[in-house]
Amino acid sequence: MSSALPTTQDTLPRPLNDAEASRLRADFPILGRSVNGTPLTYLDSGATSQKPTCVYEAEQHFYENFNAAVHRGAHSLAVEATDIFEQSRTDVARFIGAKDNEVIWTSNATEALNLLTYSFGNASAGLGGETARAFALGPGDEIVVTELEHHANLIPWQELALRTGATLKYIPVDEAGALRMDLAEQIVTPATRILAFTHVSNVLGTVIDVPALVALARSVGALTVLDGCQSVPHLPVNVKDLSVDFMAFSGHKMLGPTGIGGLYGRAALLDAMPPFLTGGSMITSVTMEKAEYLPSPMRFEAGTQRIAQAHGLATAVSYLSEVGMDRIAAWEELLGERMLTGLGSIPGVRVLGPGPGAARIGTAPFIIEGVHPHDVGQFLDSRGVAVRVGHHCAQPLHRALGVVSSTRASTYLYNTTSDIDALLNAVADVRGYFGVGK
Amino acid sequence: MSDLDQLYQQIILDHAKTRYGSGLREAPAGVTSGESVQHNPVCGDHIRLRIQLEGSTLKNVSWEGDGCSISMASASVLSEMAEGIDREEFLVILDEFRELMRSRGARPGDEEVLGDGAAFAGVSKFPARVKCAMLSWVAAEAALLAANV
Repeated sequence: MSSALPTTQDTLPRPLNDAEASRLRADFPILGRSVNGTPLTYLDSGATSQKPTCVYEAEQHFYENFNAAVHRGAHSLAVEATDIFEQSRTDVARFIGAKDNEVIWTSNATEALNLLTYSFGNASAGLGGETARAFALGPGDEIVVTELEHHANLIPWQELALRTGATLKYIPVDEAGALRMDLAEQIVTPATRILAFTHVSNVLGTVIDVPALVALARSVGALTVLDGCQSVPHLPVNVKDLSVDFMAFSGHKMLGPTGIGGLYGRAALLDAMPPFLTGGSMITSVTMEKAEYLPSPMRFEAGTQRIAQAHGLATAVSYLSEVGMDRIAAWEELLGERMLTGLGSIPGVRVLGPGPGAARIGTAPFIIEGVHPHDVGQFLDSRGVAVRVGHHCAQPLHRALGVVSSTRASTYLYNTTSDIDALLNAVADVRGYFGVGK
Repeated sequence: MSDLDQLYQQIILDHAKTRYGSGLREAPAGVTSGESVQHNPVCGDHIRLRIQLEGSTLKNVSWEGDGCSISMASASVLSEMAEGIDREEFLVILDEFRELMRSRGARPGDEEVLGDGAAFAGVSKFPARVKCAMLSWVAAEAALLAANV
């Protein structure tokens, strides 16, 4: 693997450059502010991205002109709001290569993964009739995850295993944090019903070999669940090309508003699954004793939906498409290399993750010997550099790497090489400030 | 002094290196002791702190843990100060320290009461770091409860 991008030598995408990225920054007013008396250097897009004006203007436009509850009411606003809501679904579905009815809106990726696990849990409890039986788990069944996972793609599966009596197993990482693909074949067995894994590690930024894991799951008849939180914002992602059964993604990490995310699922699977949240807007008929449910996606969208947020997210994917996901990915790969190389050459800095050659997005996790990540982050903040410190919701991975926590710098399309240099300059001064390594 | 320098006073950086009380000490047979483990869920840092008591007098406050300079320095200051003082007196100091941490920079540290702990006044301007400074103090409070005196 030499590149994070699904391209061949003769069709290499042209990356963005500093001039273009600088022009894009004009769409993100927050990037122009100062913190602690210095210009902001925002390198925490892995946690949440900043939003272009068009995204929140779209939300405002919706509230000023079309606000109404969707899928109910016969008045004009209700009809127009429903059109906007469903068009947003279509736009986001196309962005990830899905069919229109294969995207379910959720609050975030965490809710998307919980929707899946609770639906499977309900199937395991006998709900959902004949068609849902395919998702029922019990003792003897296995769920397999990886040691790379964000807690959001780990704990829901732990809980599902506890509820159903199924066994949770995981594919470990090596001491550098690379997935032990050599062990995967022994861990995934005919008893494996679900293989859930991240596309890109939120800590290391490494791109996982999805086709290999999908092939493995398919060979034993297991369902595949992909955590796309760190891939969908940064790489061209097509769920049909990847052949996964489900994928969770998060709106706020891809220029969209907070409060909106999604679950992709193959239509035939979604229509066979029992609902998670129940209530209004997801039924065909209700008596005092029982209810019949609509097909997906509405089956999984109980209650009044995140309409303005969906519209905001659709505007975000349109912005990303206009810039070009392949160009964004190529640019972030360059920025990432500059970060990893630069950090690696600063005395006392240890970059976490596999060495050169591993496909990575623009994410650099590191340790400064003798200085705790929390102190590193504080010092960088005093220089205006915003990074993430802590365990990044991946305690098991940190344990496997032999550390409690780390510092993570992560890029997006609006970062420039000056941002990387501001980070590197600040990092170079950390040990001196704390009197370490003298 | 910049906010950063107020946060990382030399006295704090020194304590973070010295780590007074570091290394958990077993209570001898027959000696009352209490222990508590506290986690900072934000960063995964943790501390295990043990207090031995002679009557109501604190003895031999010791701890083990991993954390940032603020949390390690705070544990060090606490261990040094708590040695040989009465439980009630310690709880007064703890209240003062907690008030200082909640003050968002509005309160100067009272050196009379807090000793080296007064140097943490600058921490209260950084809400994200207050948990770091409080970690060992919360552990001490729980350890005293566990000792049941």
